[in-house]
Amino acid sequence: MAVLHTTNKSPLQTRDLESCLRLTRPGCGILLLEDAVYGALKSTEAGARLAEAAKDRRIYVLGPDLAARGFTPEEVIAGVEVVDYGGFVDLVAEHHHVQAWV
Amino acid sequence: MSDTEAGEGGNRKVKRFMIVNRKAPYGTIYALEALEVVLIGAAFDQDVSLVFADDGVYQLKKGQQTKGIGQKNFSPSYRALGDYDIEKLYVERESLQARGLAPADLLVPVRVLGSAELSVLMDEQDVVLSF
Repeated sequence: MAVLHTTNKSPLQTRDLESCLRLTRPGCGILLLEDAVYGALKSTEAGARLAEAAKDRRIYVLGPDLAARGFTPEEVIAGVEVVDYGGFVDLVAEHHHVQAWV
Repeated sequence: MSDTEAGEGGNRKVKRFMIVNRKAPYGTIYALEALEVVLIGAAFDQDVSLVFADDGVYQLKKGQQTKGIGQKNFSPSYRALGDYDIEKLYVERESLQARGLAPADLLVPVRVLGSAELSVLMDEQDVVLSF
């Protein structure tokens, strides 16, 4: 089973997401949570990079963190799946292990 | 103290305080702490202005619903700042644009300034606190 990667920092302020994308392999899962959810938005400059990564990786974003920051699933780039806490648990269970890019 | 006028009950000198907000809300405690400092400044009748730059502009995003993350939604507090005579809210234009946001996406009226204008304003302050 593949690895689930998580990242929780805004890609507009740190390079954590960029490192995560650079050092992960096709087929893995990447979950954006907390301030990393900004990276899943169509409106930001980081969006294009993530849309590219979504072609060969499964990208997820945590819905409650998105809503807390005033954004809706409609504002998330195509190919990124919005999950809730239950979905987060399922992802952890489905993957071999979890690697956090903190 | 040189900053205090002499005499019993004399008015203290009003200083110009600028709070610079550069962090997104909820992921860290900075945004909420900055808001606390703003209210303290207002309680002491100081000249307080707020700047929102970088991810700090996200603090003012409309439609924040924090029930799902179990944290207090403090965004309505920005709308109440006027009641404390805090009316100088500045947002950096470059930061808004980088995030695809417009003033209409923000929950409170602000003055949008370019970084050059903001830097002049920053230079004029007595105290700048960065969060």
